[in-house]
Amino acid sequence: MNISFEDLKVGDAMPSWSRKTSFAEWNRYAAVNEEFVPFHMDDEAGRRAGNEEGAFGMGNLRYAYIVNALHDWIGDEGVVREVGCQYRAINQKDDVLTVVGEITKKEIENGHRVVHLKVNVVNESNLGTCPGHAVVEL
Amino acid sequence: MTERQITYVTEGMLEAQRKWGPSRTSYPITTTDIRRWAMATYYPERPPPIYWDDEYAATTRWKTIIAPPDFNPFAWTLSTGAPTKRSGPSLNAQPRHPEGKPLTGLNGGQTDTYGVPMRPGDVVSTRSRLLDWTEREGRFGHTIYVRTEIEWKNQNDELVRTRISTSIRY
Repeated sequence: MNISFEDLKVGDAMPSWSRKTSFAEWNRYAAVNEEFVPFHMDDEAGRRAGNEEGAFGMGNLRYAYIVNALHDWIGDEGVVREVGCQYRAINQKDDVLTVVGEITKKEIENGHRVVHLKVNVVNESNLGTCPGHAVVEL
Repeated sequence: MTERQITYVTEGMLEAQRKWGPSRTSYPITTTDIRRWAMATYYPERPPPIYWDDEYAATTRWKTIIAPPDFNPFAWTLSTGAPTKRSGPSLNAQPRHPEGKPLTGLNGGQTDTYGVPMRPGDVVSTRSRLLDWTEREGRFGHTIYVRTEIEWKNQNDELVRTRISTSIRY
C-alpha cells in the first residue's frame, strides 16, 4: 500500500502520470491490442480521416494511461474498480499526455475503503482530452 | 406543417435491443501476453513487477501475476467457436442513414466496471448487446449515440469486466 486512506481528503490530487506519445508508443499499443488502424499509423491516412496534423493516437491507449496512473498510485494491493471516460480531443503526435485526478468522495463500503475520483488526460497545452471518473479500493 | 423527423435507427436495432448476442471465447491468457501488454502501455518505462515477475507476485494478495485491468485477451484471436471475430451487435443492428449515405463513426468513450482480475491460464468469454440510443442535432448534423454493453467472464463464471461503450455516428 502506497497511500493511507485516512490521510486522503476530498479535493486531494492523485500523483500525475505522463508520457510523450508518438509512433513508438502507438505502434507498440497497436501490436498488443491488434489495433492496426491506418489513421493511427500513417500521416496521409490521418489527414484523409480529417486530422490535418496526420496520424493520431488511440483512445484506448489514453484509457490505459488512466488505468496505469491509478494502479501506480494505489499500489499492487489496491483494486481499480471502475474507470470511465469520454474521448473529447485528438492525441496528436508528440503530445505530452498527463493523467490527472482529484478525489471527489471517500467512503467505507461493506468494510472496503473506496475512493472516487474525477480524472482526465491533459495535453501539453493543458487541454483536457479525456474527462472521466474512477473508483478505486485501497 | 409537420417536419419529417430523420432517424438513423434501423429495424435491426429495434429487434436487437437488449438481446445478448453469441458469446466467444479467448485463448488461454499467457504470462507473455500480460508482460507485452504492460510493456506497451508503460513504454518507455518498465512496468510494475506484478505484471511480469512471478516471484514478486507470489508475495502480493494476488499470489500470481495478474493482468492490467484494461488487458484485452481478444487481441490476436482466430475464430474459436464464434462465427466472427466481431463481438458487437450484428451489422443489420447498426445505425444507417435513411438514404444510405455512409455515416462517420467515432468512439465516444466507455465505462468499465471490473470484477476479478485476469491471470495467466484464464480463458475469458464475452458477449454483448445493444443497450439504447439517443439522437440529436450536433455540430456535425444529425447524430446518434449508441450504447453497447459488453460482458466478460472467466472460466469459473466470475465477472471480469462489464463495459458500457458509446459509439457516435453522424
